[in-house]
Amino acid sequence: MRHTCLALVLGCLATLVSALEIEDHRLFPGTGDRVLRVISTADLEVFEPYLREFQSSQPSVSIDYTVVSSTELYRAIRGGAAFDLALSSAMDLQFQLANDGFAKSHSSETTTALPEWARWRDLIFAFTAEPAVVVLSTPRFEGLESPTTRQELVTLLREFPDRFDGAVGTYDVRDSGLGYLFATQEARSTDAYWRLSEVMGRLNPQLYCCSGQMIDDVADGKLALAYNVLGSYAAERLARDSGGQVQILGMQDFTNVILRTAIIPTTADETAGAGALIDMLARLGQREAPDTWPLPPLGQTGTDNLVGFGPIRLGPALMVYLDPLNRRAFLTEWENALEQR
Amino acid sequence: MTGTGSIGRRLTLLLAGVAALLSVLSWWMVTGFARQAAERTQDNVLAASVTTIAETLRSEQGEVRLELPYSAFSMLGAISEDRVFYRVATGDTVLTGYDDLPAPTKVVSSGSRVVFDTGEYSGEEIRMATVSRLVLAGTRPVPVNVTVAQTRGGVASISAELSQLAAFLSVAFFLVAVSLSAFAARTSLKPLNEIAAAVSRRGPSDLRPLRRAAPTELAPLMTSLNRLMDRLGQSMRSAEDFIAEAAHRIRTPLATVRAQAEIALRSAQDDEQKQRLRQMIRAVDESSRSAGQLLDHATVVYRSDDLVRSPINLSDLVQQTVAGLEPTAAMKDIRLRVDMIPANVHVDPVLMDNALRNILDNAIKYSPPETDVAISVSEGDGEIRISVKDQGGGLGDGPAEILTQRFQRGSNAQGVVGSGLGLTIAKDVLVAHGGRLELGTLQGKKGTCATLVLPSS
Repeated sequence: MRHTCLALVLGCLATLVSALEIEDHRLFPGTGDRVLRVISTADLEVFEPYLREFQSSQPSVSIDYTVVSSTELYRAIRGGAAFDLALSSAMDLQFQLANDGFAKSHSSETTTALPEWARWRDLIFAFTAEPAVVVLSTPRFEGLESPTTRQELVTLLREFPDRFDGAVGTYDVRDSGLGYLFATQEARSTDAYWRLSEVMGRLNPQLYCCSGQMIDDVADGKLALAYNVLGSYAAERLARDSGGQVQILGMQDFTNVILRTAIIPTTADETAGAGALIDMLARLGQREAPDTWPLPPLGQTGTDNLVGFGPIRLGPALMVYLDPLNRRAFLTEWENALEQR
Repeated sequence: MTGTGSIGRRLTLLLAGVAALLSVLSWWMVTGFARQAAERTQDNVLAASVTTIAETLRSEQGEVRLELPYSAFSMLGAISEDRVFYRVATGDTVLTGYDDLPAPTKVVSSGSRVVFDTGEYSGEEIRMATVSRLVLAGTRPVPVNVTVAQTRGGVASISAELSQLAAFLSVAFFLVAVSLSAFAARTSLKPLNEIAAAVSRRGPSDLRPLRRAAPTELAPLMTSLNRLMDRLGQSMRSAEDFIAEAAHRIRTPLATVRAQAEIALRSAQDDEQKQRLRQMIRAVDESSRSAGQLLDHATVVYRSDDLVRSPINLSDLVQQTVAGLEPTAAMKDIRLRVDMIPANVHVDPVLMDNALRNILDNAIKYSPPETDVAISVSEGDGEIRISVKDQGGGLGDGPAEILTQRFQRGSNAQGVVGSGLGLTIAKDVLVAHGGRLELGTLQGKKGTCATLVLPSS
């Protein structure tokens, strides 16, 4: 019985999943029949400890974990793909899903204990706050002072065009939902963004879909710097492990802080399990002391010098840049700036 | 007494009912106002949002262009956690936004003000604000409708919160009103209770009119009460007058009859005749005495309404009265022993004489011959006591109070001339002076003690 059920679920998943561009997938089998289908933008290596922790308290629940990009996740949920929980770092897309009625409400003591800015209508819950940072390669910055503001970075890039030509990486905002969110919020908040984009555009920038590859390329020395990387603990740990090869910088003029959020899609069946996982994540998000978890809590943003920049507000304003007209206009401007061939 | 319910309770209930009605009404109104205010706030923000968007509408190379300003939505997010929908359309062509958002039911003319509408979308009630602007598309201007919609959860929660607060205040108002109603009812009924208490505090023969400040509403009651008492007093007075007049008219011819009988007795030779005449004289005496007492009683009743007090020395009064009864006592060889202290009192001397005379008369009457009647006056505890002790047979069985009622005589009074008015007269006089009459049988039934108690002046 159990096996047929499981097989059926897996079969269903397989058909659904085939429509998705899946980056990674793993089943964490539990002892019972219940299966919690999680779709997430967080890499398995980052998120596995959380799933293990969850299973240690609820061993009967199997977890089916699918990693996709944030835009894929958005498309999947909007398209009615059957998942019990959607975790994404693209808070604008998550918000749009909640606003447009693709999320089920969930309320518990833990979620009501979340600060007001970390939840919206019992539909969407934040469990980490992560800043956008600059990752730079120490050897390639030899003899140069690390920039602390965008203005300094612009000056640096202008002064040494040969050194940085083809060695600057950033998100391809056309593909990456998170990159788009960072870019639009930054364009809204600081006028230095477009100047910086212009300067980067002249240096044959490398465009990436995901922060992981960017960090790897910086560590390898292929890139001198990667701009607007999600500065989670993983990046910091990499910086430590690399023996000073990689440095992480927070911009002091302005730093985007995004909230990693969870929603329960309306297609969810295993809402109890999804709610329990949200509660666990929300509880970890509210922890005070820094510890060994891969993702930072809501209270602190990882790097000390970033204190003072609040997270991007969860609210309908997030939908403004998702509007097709606005998006087209923004992308046009972005392409003009970054692709000056 | 048949009760038709308490006025106080009825008044309280009525006032409480009014208060309840007002409470409910005020709660309902506040709730309505709260909802209206919340709705208006939402409308204003929606209008601001839709206007901000409409202001970005422009024509670029023959195409309608716009940019959703960040503030247009962030202001909506600031007032509540409500879902936001929007649409920009020219006619049926949707430029951007939610194309299945319901179209405004009212006609939106370009350049006019913001038009509001309520509808349903995505399973929730929404409030929509629409504005229309003319934008050049191609060669001619076309109207572009901008609609921004928001769910009404914020409005509902604000008005629910205020409604709850209003309900709480209404209940508090009601409770205060009920206690005030009870207080008001009791206060307005107070004069009535005071009048009732004043009337019931009065002595049985006190028929003076009520003289106290009363509310206008009670004036008719007071007037009728006073008029009733006046009529009662008048009829009682005329009855007493009649008795006095009758007694007087009887006494005069009786005196003549007695005198004639005495003369006849003196000149009579026959023993049988003498005996008959003596009986006749005795009967005449009895009648005369009864008539006298009736007259005394009438006097007491008449004068006790309006005492003519004067300061007198009590011993003088007692001496005088005792002296007046000395002959009667002497006839039975009874000695009247007086033990006096000087005491000044402020009384009606005629009535006091009447009272004392009746008590002494009783004592002499019920005493066996050759005994003593002791009269003593003492003062103490704010009272002056005149006690009269005889050596007769006591009061007999039964309660002593009954003897002070009119025409009531003791169970052992047979064979003694008497009307049964003496003690009544004494008691009435003393009560009229604010005192009392105490009657008791001495230890071992060896006589009666009657004490006239007067308050010290």
